[in-house]
Amino acid sequence: MTLKILRRKNKAAQPEWKLYEFQPESEKDTVATALTKLNEIIDDPIRWECSCLQKKCGACAMVIDGVPRLACDTFLRDCGPTVRLEPLKKFPVVADLIVDRGVMRENLQTLRLWFEGEARGSEKTDGLAYEASRCLQCGCCLEVCPNYMADGPFTGMAGGVPMARLLAELPQAQCEEAARLYREHVFEGCGKSLACRNVCPAGLDIDGLLVNSNAAAVWKRYFGRG
Amino acid sequence: MVNIIGAGLAGLSAAIALAERGIESNLISQQPSERAQSVLAEGGINAALDTMGEGDAWQEHYADTMRGGCDLADPNAVAGLTSHAPEIVRRLASLGVPFQREGGRIVQRNFGGQKKKRTAYAQSSTGKALMTALIDEARKYEAAGFIHRYAHHELIGLEIENGTCYGAKLWDTYADAVLRCGAPVVLACGGLNGLFPGLTTGAVYNTGGAAALAFAKGAALANPEMIQYHPTTVRISGKRMLVSEAARGEGGRLYVIRSGKPWYFMEELYPELGNLMPRDVVSRAMTQVCAREDCEAQVYLDMTCLSAETWANKLPDLRAELLRYLALDPKTQPIPVSPGIHFFMGGLSVDERHGTSVSGLYAAGECACQYHGANRLGGNSMLAAIYGGSVVAENAAAGQGGELETLGAITAEEKAELAVSPAFANRLRDILLGGLGIVRDASGIERALQAMDKLPSKTTAERNRASVGRAMLLGALARKESRGAHWRSDFPQRDEAFRKTTVATYTNGAVELAFQAIPERRAEL
Repeated sequence: MTLKILRRKNKAAQPEWKLYEFQPESEKDTVATALTKLNEIIDDPIRWECSCLQKKCGACAMVIDGVPRLACDTFLRDCGPTVRLEPLKKFPVVADLIVDRGVMRENLQTLRLWFEGEARGSEKTDGLAYEASRCLQCGCCLEVCPNYMADGPFTGMAGGVPMARLLAELPQAQCEEAARLYREHVFEGCGKSLACRNVCPAGLDIDGLLVNSNAAAVWKRYFGRG
Repeated sequence: MVNIIGAGLAGLSAAIALAERGIESNLISQQPSERAQSVLAEGGINAALDTMGEGDAWQEHYADTMRGGCDLADPNAVAGLTSHAPEIVRRLASLGVPFQREGGRIVQRNFGGQKKKRTAYAQSSTGKALMTALIDEARKYEAAGFIHRYAHHELIGLEIENGTCYGAKLWDTYADAVLRCGAPVVLACGGLNGLFPGLTTGAVYNTGGAAALAFAKGAALANPEMIQYHPTTVRISGKRMLVSEAARGEGGRLYVIRSGKPWYFMEELYPELGNLMPRDVVSRAMTQVCAREDCEAQVYLDMTCLSAETWANKLPDLRAELLRYLALDPKTQPIPVSPGIHFFMGGLSVDERHGTSVSGLYAAGECACQYHGANRLGGNSMLAAIYGGSVVAENAAAGQGGELETLGAITAEEKAELAVSPAFANRLRDILLGGLGIVRDASGIERALQAMDKLPSKTTAERNRASVGRAMLLGALARKESRGAHWRSDFPQRDEAFRKTTVATYTNGAVELAFQAIPERRAEL
């Protein structure tokens, strides 16, 4: 099969499509396998990020055949004869398939995503907190979001999902400030296309998290609170 | 200002504990915390919370940890770890970690090598849940100016002279710049997976390069021969994937086909703890039954007896992983498993305060040799990383210097010296594997050492890595006994004369080995 990879040496260089032949050896081979093995034999290794190889860390997010995905979660057996690999487009490119996703961390700072006091920690909220804590911060959701722009106030679900943990676990008295930030940076920017739901590599229940966060922060219905 | 290399559980814990004391830190890592190996930890974290009505106490956690580690751990350090564990888990709960709860109390599950239910968990992604909570807590101190993040920066040099560390050199891999920080430096950079590429359950970024650099610069290694093979791993592309010990904690059973029928060998051989014997014992038993003539050479993990409730609420992520990567449903099909390299009990030699043999250089988490002796118990790794990080924060004296200083662009020559070619890495792996398997003997280890002599290192990073490999082999050769993860077929007995720490140092281009006495337990603990 052929890997068609959009390459550039650094952020200033012009991007250029390069073709590489790769023969999968196993049904288990993924795009991550192909990149690892290609880099063992080519002179000018392809720069990409990869850490856990089992879709738990989000490092290897890239655009594969037009869809943001994790390289370690894309089996070659499911791909056509040519696979197109590009860096995520909503972040500044560093080199080849590496982008600088630092803006997601900045957005979580803007959302003041931390507890000042103790989390409530109850059986009623633990399910929500667990689901929200699974976010990989990979950035795939931002890639397909029609409303997210790097310099806008809307954080996308890369901010919205982690915020659901805070809104679920904050004692009611401390919810006001978090609710305001959520409304400003998540609720008001989200057009509810829910395109994010279809690409999230962790398969997060984004609808469920949004419903609960909106109930708490917008409609002031503190489900399970009191 | 303290400079912390690595932003997984140990690094985060150190940075948060320092910030709580009003001390600033630079938190330096190759990748953001979300990509750290800590997020892979699954089964849980041990603490004698005694929530299950079994009369558990930290002294029992202490005894199990010491026994599981075959009495090779520092008893004072283990007493500190286990006595602080309940407080650590309660603190994590207050940070919003969604531990499994029932009627307001934290539920605890069985784990290997422990007679009481002592492992608190968040389904089967406990590491991810803990990391999310600590990342958010660290963010509070980032906003307050106590923690300064550098999240695409690799350690490339340590300034060590006459046994003292004065600072470190870092490579900003996005800007291709070289930066410098001062001392103290805390290494919290994970295990030595890079010595066994493709064969461990760990993360790709945990190459062991930072520990190898410290070793080459004079920091001693301790117990480098102690490598944990986790009994239940499966092969996926590019690595081994862990099947959490929680699977057995919740009732999963190991069997092998003997004379045409399933034989639940662990239950027969070890009636008390059965499938939940310590990992070294299980892995060895698996190897032994697979070698028997009346048995097939494949062990299966049977989880088909687990309840629907367990799959829905306790192990959903484990099932999803097996479905995705093996196309096997553990609810209905036994999973073929085999032992795989999972954890390095050995690492940089540290004292109880987590200081290395180099003044001003500290180590915590898996890169340090502390707490686990000859075999780590499941559920103790995250605990040790978090506790070790907090101990470092108590002891790493605040040094000079604020922001990192930029020295200039990285040169092609510098980059070349940092490279480890895949061909070299794979060859080194194959050599080491020959001497450092589950069952070892002198001739295998000596063959590996001879092969090392013929392995040319072309760069500094390759030389550093090879020297750590040599330390592992020499440690395995010198420890003429069987203890924990180190099993010698030519010395099958435990020998009290070897109840000592192997200490390896790198001097004038050669690895030297010595055995050091293990501290006596202090009376007040």
